[in-house]
Amino acid sequence: MLNKKLKLNTKLFTAKEEYIPTRNGFGEALAEAGKKDERVVALCADLTESTRMHHFREAFPDRFIEVGVAEQNLVGLAAGMAEYGKIPFCASYATFSPGRSWDQIRVSVAYGENNVKIVGAHAGISVGPDGATHQALEDISLMRVLPNMTVLAPCDAHQARAATLAAAKMNGPVYLRLTREKTPVMTTAKTSFKIGKAQVMREGNDLTMVASGPLLYEALLAAEILAGNKKALQTLLARYPDISKNVKKSKQHGHSMERAKETIQWTPSKIEKLVKQIGTRNIEVINIHSIKPLDHATLKKSAKKTGLAMTIEEHQIHGGLRAAVAESLSLHHPTKIIPIGMPDSFGESGKPMELLEKYGMTTPWILNTLAHA
Amino acid sequence: MKSISDAKVQSLESKAQLIRQDLINMLVEAGSGHSAGPLGMADVFTALYFHILNHDPKKPNDPKRDRLFLSNGHIAPIWYTTLAHAGYLPRKEMLTTLRKLGTRLQGHPHKKGLPPIENPAGPLGQGISQAVGYALAAQMDGAKFETYCLMGDGELNEGQVWEAFMFAGNNRLHNLTVIIDRNNIQIDGDTENIMPLDSLRDKFEAFKFHVIDIDGHNMRDISDACNQARAIYEKPVCILAHTIPGKGVGYMEFDYTWHGKPPKPGREQDIALCDLRTLGGALCSEHE
Repeated sequence: MLNKKLKLNTKLFTAKEEYIPTRNGFGEALAEAGKKDERVVALCADLTESTRMHHFREAFPDRFIEVGVAEQNLVGLAAGMAEYGKIPFCASYATFSPGRSWDQIRVSVAYGENNVKIVGAHAGISVGPDGATHQALEDISLMRVLPNMTVLAPCDAHQARAATLAAAKMNGPVYLRLTREKTPVMTTAKTSFKIGKAQVMREGNDLTMVASGPLLYEALLAAEILAGNKKALQTLLARYPDISKNVKKSKQHGHSMERAKETIQWTPSKIEKLVKQIGTRNIEVINIHSIKPLDHATLKKSAKKTGLAMTIEEHQIHGGLRAAVAESLSLHHPTKIIPIGMPDSFGESGKPMELLEKYGMTTPWILNTLAHA
Repeated sequence: MKSISDAKVQSLESKAQLIRQDLINMLVEAGSGHSAGPLGMADVFTALYFHILNHDPKKPNDPKRDRLFLSNGHIAPIWYTTLAHAGYLPRKEMLTTLRKLGTRLQGHPHKKGLPPIENPAGPLGQGISQAVGYALAAQMDGAKFETYCLMGDGELNEGQVWEAFMFAGNNRLHNLTVIIDRNNIQIDGDTENIMPLDSLRDKFEAFKFHVIDIDGHNMRDISDACNQARAIYEKPVCILAHTIPGKGVGYMEFDYTWHGKPPKPGREQDIALCDLRTLGGALCSEHE
């Protein structure tokens, strides 16, 4: 049962699930932030539409700065503008900034304690066909290790909006991680969002699943299925047509049947077998939208209850969410932590769901890992 | 604008010599730090803080003040020395705390060190981007102050600086004046042996800057160039200040190996101070 106090999206695991990219939430919120505070300015490195900064540009053309393909200068300019007294958001793909702008973020922003909001768009392997060079899988690691840096990874468009507004409001460097694809809307505008706080999406005592970003959905799906939620199971099965049967195309579920064809291995019967094998579990699912500062208390409380944890992130299993959680728990309540994420590998070209399947970050793979844990 | 008077020139030159002497003592006390660049830029810093910049140590946060960004942060010792003489920090603190634990005078400048340090600097090429961003923000708001950015010539090896120049030129940031310490040295040797830069004039003009070549040790030149820079409206300005690395200390001049080390106490310090006091032996007194 999902946590009612969080006022989550009631359409989850139904035919009416909504799918909106996190970058959309950001783009609209940035224009909103610009309206609230005239000090907000936006800088972009030649990726205005795909980072959704075009909304801001349309609303405030005099406060939008095109930097061209120059990510080091992007961050430097933003730092200078922050020193002047503006509130700059600077955006590029997360592979390029942070990436080639890491020294500038380290010195001009973090060391200088400048009020710059670094937006890393198109993070994760779900970027898809562009391939490994454009799939940021190390950015959380690069950013969270910097002193004075706040690291936010919203799970959906609503959180992306909340994160953007919170970033604009707070004083200090922020890294905001966004993704490309349409992903499930799990929260609502009424769901609370606080930097430094985690959200217990569903309570349980068998296992602590900790997730960041849109993959939270895969964690929730797994947890609900194992709790006996039939709707959730149907949602998952609908992704994977039984290739032996002639299954009619269904447009009902967000992850369309087209994507399902991309999956390599899973079929409904295999999934059902797994579910039976694992049996009923009551899993606690925690959303970490705030990787730094981290909500140590919530993690400790959960680990004390369950005794076992799993982290799920669209990032290398080293250095990102898992590392943050491991650092925390190793001090407060040492717990075994099972990793779900990129297995120390670069990505490649492919379709988004196809890639997530191949590298083991989807619900069936979570179930599979649990079955063999 | 009127050119400065002879009296003013003399006063600035005397001040610069005092600043250079304090610089030597400061470096010796610290036991660490850069010599060549700071000595070479002493005249530019003196001219800036004692004639050119609109600033007031009693009002360090005055929004109308001119801004100065140091991009080649390693020459901070000359900045700290000049700031002390200009009234921003006690002379004793300047002479004794460079690079020491707990100091405001960090090895490479920190934004929270002292007013009027606007930016953290150290990795080459970062200060200029910040200065350009600052000037852009000022231009957006119609602010009238000038933003200066001091850079090294070796620093021009870094790609980021060209990103910043391209942006500044394309955005016609007339309120930005870049001053390059053209001393022809970098760590591994002479710039034209390591990674030849010339013609810098051609490069900057291609990047839509107005370029002024000056003798970086001539107070009148420095003043005239900065006046001209303020008056030029269509473009940002780049002043190529030709300097002698280690200027004022005979055994350091033109020697790239003095880029990154301080003089030692004792003989090296004494000779340096003597050179500076006597203008290289030009003056005589009973003491020498």
